[in-house]
Amino acid sequence: MTVLMTPPRLTVPIGERDHVVGPETAPVAIVEYGDYECPFCGAAYPVVKALQKELGDNLRFAYRHFPLSQIHPHSFQAAEAAEAAGAQNRFWQMHDMLFEHQTRLGTQDLLVYASSVGAELEPFAEDLAEHRHAPRVREDFLSGVRSGVNGTPTFFVNGARHDGGYDLDSLLGVVQPYL
Amino acid sequence: MQFALPDHGYNAGMADYPDHALEVGSPAPDFQLKATPDQWVGLEDFRGKTLIMAFYPADWSPVCTDQMSLYNEILPMFHEYGAEIVGISVDSAWCHAAFARHRNLHFPLLADFEPKGEVAKRYGAYEYKEGVARRALFVLDGEGVIRWSYVSPLGVNPGAEGILAALEQMQEQPVGASL
Repeated sequence: MTVLMTPPRLTVPIGERDHVVGPETAPVAIVEYGDYECPFCGAAYPVVKALQKELGDNLRFAYRHFPLSQIHPHSFQAAEAAEAAGAQNRFWQMHDMLFEHQTRLGTQDLLVYASSVGAELEPFAEDLAEHRHAPRVREDFLSGVRSGVNGTPTFFVNGARHDGGYDLDSLLGVVQPYL
Repeated sequence: MQFALPDHGYNAGMADYPDHALEVGSPAPDFQLKATPDQWVGLEDFRGKTLIMAFYPADWSPVCTDQMSLYNEILPMFHEYGAEIVGISVDSAWCHAAFARHRNLHFPLLADFEPKGEVAKRYGAYEYKEGVARRALFVLDGEGVIRWSYVSPLGVNPGAEGILAALEQMQEQPVGASL
């Protein structure tokens, strides 16, 4: 039996289930697999913002969860919290809150962030307590593993895993040929 | 005055070992290695089970892109395929114990410590210049035959997608089926 190792590619393309910013027709599509408690993802967060600003409508950006819960004990629940806020159309507001407060991701903190992004607290808290969005987080994780996500953050640029740095210049360099 | 290199340089005794990773179809060489400071583990202990052997250079590589942490997260997926996993490096059992505790690892790390790298050498998975195991992966069937192997460059995390694809194929071609 031979298993050919092809360069890792995104196995699940951006679809309706994803949280996406940017037009479908954008020439550049970036998918990030991230972990809200990972310091490297925290460092990449403002870079993605800058990239979005720089590329405008030329960029379609999607975020998927890849919580390394054995080393980041709050990361899984933080991902669930982003989804719970997402169920109230506040995914990206919550996403930003989480990355901007990476060192405070306890349950009480999550409730405070939910209320500050304008989510209704009762359904949000219920979603967390019942782990309603846990299957979705696991689904993201699984799609990452099958696509060659080895750690966080991992970016896929137009379907191909980006193995270089994730400073602004590196990412701009990678997307340049598609513009 | 010039110093002559001793004739037993880095590669002393190398001829006795395979110069590349053992291939599919080879019987896996037996081993007895410490899994904890007072507990030994050998190939026999995994007889009848699928075994993933993950050689890696060293404990304590950066957290969020750490190969062992990734395997730790997806341990349940390996178990679903009826597979066990061991990590193997030249670090001592005490070093492994501290590393495993710090990363909350739930699978054994084996110490290929004395004689240093002996098992890695027998599997053709030793990096002589660096004095560490290479990032070599082997998947063994229940009869101890290598069914899949892969060697990644030293600095590159090989991830899990190759292992999972191999496990999937092994389910389709169970032990005893022609390779």
